[in-house]
Amino acid sequence: MEVTLDFSKVKAIVEDYTEKVDSLIDSYADKKEQIISLLQDIQAEFNYLPQDVLVKISQKLDIPLSQVFSVATFFRAFSLKPRGRHVVTVCLGTACHVKGGQRLVDKVERDYGIKPGETTEDMRFTLEAVNCLGCCALGPVVVVDGKYESKMTLEKLDRVLKQYK
Amino acid sequence: MVEQVRKLLEKKLESPEGLESLRQSILAKRDPRRTCISVCGGTACRASGAEAVVDAFLDEIERRELQVQVSLKETGCHGFCERGPLVVIEPDKIFYQQVKLEDVEEIIDQTIIAGKVVERLLYTDPVTKEKITYEPDVPFYKKQTRIIFSTNGTIDPTNIEDYIAVGGYAALAKALTGMKPQQIVDEIKQSGLRGRGGGGFPTGRKWQSCLEAKGKVKYVICNADEGDPGAYQDRSLLEGNPHSILEGMIIGARAIGAHQGYIYVRNEYPLAVRHARIAIEQAMDYGLLGKNILGSGFDFNITINKGGGAFVCGESSALMASLEGKVGEPKAKYVHMAEKGLWESPSLLNNVKTWANVPLIINKGADWFSKLGTAGSKGTMIFSLVGNITNTGLVEVPMGITLRDMIFDIGGGIPDGKKFKAVQTGGPSGGCIPEQFLDTPVDFDELTKLGSMMGSGGMIVMDEDTCMVDVARYFIEFLKGESCGKCTPCREGINRMSEILSNITRGKGSPEDLDTLQDLAEVLGAGALCALGQTAANPVLSTIRYFKDEYLAHINDRKCPAGVCRELVRFSIDPEKCQGCLRCIKECPTGAVTGEKKQPHTINQDMCISCGACYDVCKFQAVIKR
Repeated sequence: MEVTLDFSKVKAIVEDYTEKVDSLIDSYADKKEQIISLLQDIQAEFNYLPQDVLVKISQKLDIPLSQVFSVATFFRAFSLKPRGRHVVTVCLGTACHVKGGQRLVDKVERDYGIKPGETTEDMRFTLEAVNCLGCCALGPVVVVDGKYESKMTLEKLDRVLKQYK
Repeated sequence: MVEQVRKLLEKKLESPEGLESLRQSILAKRDPRRTCISVCGGTACRASGAEAVVDAFLDEIERRELQVQVSLKETGCHGFCERGPLVVIEPDKIFYQQVKLEDVEEIIDQTIIAGKVVERLLYTDPVTKEKITYEPDVPFYKKQTRIIFSTNGTIDPTNIEDYIAVGGYAALAKALTGMKPQQIVDEIKQSGLRGRGGGGFPTGRKWQSCLEAKGKVKYVICNADEGDPGAYQDRSLLEGNPHSILEGMIIGARAIGAHQGYIYVRNEYPLAVRHARIAIEQAMDYGLLGKNILGSGFDFNITINKGGGAFVCGESSALMASLEGKVGEPKAKYVHMAEKGLWESPSLLNNVKTWANVPLIINKGADWFSKLGTAGSKGTMIFSLVGNITNTGLVEVPMGITLRDMIFDIGGGIPDGKKFKAVQTGGPSGGCIPEQFLDTPVDFDELTKLGSMMGSGGMIVMDEDTCMVDVARYFIEFLKGESCGKCTPCREGINRMSEILSNITRGKGSPEDLDTLQDLAEVLGAGALCALGQTAANPVLSTIRYFKDEYLAHINDRKCPAGVCRELVRFSIDPEKCQGCLRCIKECPTGAVTGEKKQPHTINQDMCISCGACYDVCKFQAVIKR
């Protein structure tokens, strides 16, 4: 198959990316102590923290790259790897644990071959386990792309995940 | 544009009298007898479908042109999360639970138009089997004393006028005009309020040292990094009544002389962030935040910071490091944060619930507050009653109530006829309390005596099917992931404990293990830098103390009495009960279950990995665990 590259399109994509990154970083120019918020905004935009963005943050805001990297790796909320199209978050807080939350993690692991923190090869799902979502009355809780699914069972999880392609 | 500016200026309150006259005018506009459909908009009810119910009500009201007779309000969390989505018809407080989309039309027809009650949506008392019509009569609410939660279920958290209408910001007006900073601190001291975030440190003492601390710049911080698994009351307050927290913070700022405040809130709580943000904007518009608050000349601003999902950031020095844009590692506290905290300046940090208590104490006085509770623990506490319990949800009770009252009277006991085994309080720093102590009054000191602690108010009830060794392992695994790794006793000690516990749950433990665990616990308590490490062993120590026989069963008999620890459990199928539905065959990941349709199935023990999937999906309780 012959592949032709439309350079004007590629250029537009790159420019769009650069502009987004620059404007996000610039909006923190006078509040560089809020680097965690900045990283959250970056992750919300690109679904992970691309390496070149971390370098750019360090340069533009004059924060040592080591500090940017240490913050990006210290907090659980950040991912340095691209995540799947859908993020499946299983709550493993105490209340969800006593109601069988771990079995839901095990099931995703069995059915899709991913452990917490991993992404399926086809980029369909990223599995995450969190320590409490603060929705303890409805456990066990699973959140898919921000949508809360309560009182989960193995069968319900099957039905829910099938909706996400 | 000019119109907008004029409106803004109009809203801006310039004196306490202005606030009071605004309150009167809000009340005059409102008819207290007008019907209002109030839908709980807490995270739990939303997860159960409350938003769709709200939309359906709005559509229906519009379709039938009922806008004049009836209003609709989305409130904060009512607390009875188990029964959501909750709908309360004001002013009579008719209480509908588990309301679905298809019930909306009937509620409008029957209750709003015909004035009748829809029986099938009422709550049934599980003991008396009686249907209960009104919210305050539901046993879950009846035995609570709601002070900081009192208006959570009635006001719209995104409308500052709702808060002002119930007397909001009156305490601030009082503190700004009638009280000197020292008087404010004295009032808090006399009230006996203790920090609601975990440690229970006397709030007034903290305020006093921050007031006295030298420093031109001081900060006020609200700790909403609610990390304890199984606790969600801070979320609920910030979502449902954000202005009460702002008001507390402004009063605190006035008392110590701070002009900048921070709310450090978990990123996992998007609704709480949104509501806090709206509340700050509205308070600015009304002149209750920002420059020259209520014309008093006092300036104060609040910024929201979202956390990055690290449990250790609930610790004050780690939280402040994170506010400074650094990794959340705790510092040794030779000098208190109240004297040298954020950017080395005196910083007053309190938990969400602590802040929410402040306006009440200023309004009603220290004497009123100190009449509630026990000798050493004043006021009320919000607990999240969760786990294996019938009525899960948030309950606010006076300090000193017994565990039994809370679990059996308010919580309705253990579901499915199971037996109570333990209640876990205090999160990963707390412990498990067994049945013989159910009559203990709950306060800071009594829980500590039992080897647990108050913590942030999580109360996880566990039934007979819970393995206590597994619970200990769970908490240690939790802390292993959350330890920041800065100090050796915590980093290495917790790892060793995790190894030992995981061996025990796999049937590979030895009798000396219990001594080693105790030794490690001692080292952690003495050597770790912050409370995360110092208290990390509590879940292990308390389970060894009260459930030693379970540990011994794992170690000596290689058995898990509760049938939880996978490698010590065997699954089989009871041919009498098995209906041959093929469900477990479909679910079994290794193909160990075989059989024909409508014939009893069997499990090939050599292939079984004890994952328990068959047990979970069986509708006939035909899978036996032993």
